[in-house]
Amino acid sequence: MEKYVCTLCGYVYDPEVGDPDSGIAPGTSFADIPDDWVCPICGAGKEDFELES
Amino acid sequence: MKPVEVKKDIWWIGAVDWSRRNFHGYSLSPLGTTYNNYLIVDEKVTLVDTVDKHFWGHLKCSVAQVLGDKKIDYFVINHLEPDHAGSLADAVEYYKPEKIFVSPMGEKAMKAHFHYEDWPVEVVPTGTEISLGKHTLNFLETRMLHWPDSMLTYVPEAKLAFTNDAFGQNIASSERFADEYDPWVVEQSLRHYYANIVLPYSQTVLKTLDTIEKMGIEIDTICPDHGLIFRGEDVTWVMEKYREYALQKPKNKAVIVYDSMWKSTERMAEAVATGLVDKGVSVKIMSMKSDHHSIVMTEIFDAAAVVVGSPTHNNGILPLMADMLTYMKGLRPQNKIGAAIGSFGWSGECVKILNEWLEKMHMDIVDPVKHKYIPDHDALGKCHELGLLLGDKIQEKLAE
Repeated sequence: MEKYVCTLCGYVYDPEVGDPDSGIAPGTSFADIPDDWVCPICGAGKEDFELES
Repeated sequence: MKPVEVKKDIWWIGAVDWSRRNFHGYSLSPLGTTYNNYLIVDEKVTLVDTVDKHFWGHLKCSVAQVLGDKKIDYFVINHLEPDHAGSLADAVEYYKPEKIFVSPMGEKAMKAHFHYEDWPVEVVPTGTEISLGKHTLNFLETRMLHWPDSMLTYVPEAKLAFTNDAFGQNIASSERFADEYDPWVVEQSLRHYYANIVLPYSQTVLKTLDTIEKMGIEIDTICPDHGLIFRGEDVTWVMEKYREYALQKPKNKAVIVYDSMWKSTERMAEAVATGLVDKGVSVKIMSMKSDHHSIVMTEIFDAAAVVVGSPTHNNGILPLMADMLTYMKGLRPQNKIGAAIGSFGWSGECVKILNEWLEKMHMDIVDPVKHKYIPDHDALGKCHELGLLLGDKIQEKLAE
């Protein structure tokens, strides 16, 4: 599964790890994260993420 | 204050804001602060950061004292926040620099702050090297330390790093170096600054410290944009302090922060404290009527447990506690045990609301104690037991 990078702070969302602190289980693809999820580092919305190049 | 030569041809030309007590509208600077900026005198004369707009006149005067009629060729803007970049528009117009170096995120922030059209901006991502003649500038992006635009500029020939807000302390002083000042005051000011500004970005701090280590960058002088400059042994000391702060390893300490109307919650707070002390825990009781949220936060950030107290007021909690909880949550403290206490008259929502805040901060929560109207011997006994229980949990946590 593809990793996504926060364009504001550089945090990388890794689907294998998920974001358990925000209720996102390991194995969740970026597309399946709810739209109200925010970057755990800087609070940016999903729209501020880009596919890792 | 007059310019001071930090290293050969590298000058501190900052401004001392002796009377500043309110820092950015949300924190305090009881000792005042400084807006440090620097000038590198080389074939390409370079200004590193500016100062708060109120000190634009001072900046011109300091530059003239060092340079005379010589011109400035380059600007480096490590951070766009107005206490450092506030004089930038005036400086661009006055000095007409050949180039302005800024991080990729810094360019976006610079546009959004200054709405310029034709500034000679050159974006310098991590790894870019710019030669000034005898000195070289190396740039390291430090996004979210503590804004997206933040970057660090390193001068290898001088083993010197301009770290912007990282390692800052709010101290207005005639001294320029930490080794010339009272070390206790330096440490307390560093802690206060970290707890109230840098804390949410602790993971970034650890990553940056690791990067510096891995890159094998030799640093013997750290020039932050607030307060005193670290040199010699103080460089290792301050970097170790930042690692310690960022790891947020709890100490054998609890903070009880509360507000009270008729002193019922206050008495409950004191009873919890006696239980904690019986278990050998160091306790701070802090009343929101006496302490500013930034002072409380400086105590909370290295504590193992936080007890929050409020009576029920109009089916909610007292406004000063809502202030404290909003502020605390934003700073994202980690590794805490939490508990709530509060008195009430009829509906009694206080501890439920307080607990919801503790949950949002992912604290390890212990059952709350609430009591109707005036706490009696038994009620205070329950608070004492809560203190004992918290004491045990703290010891378990410290043993992990």
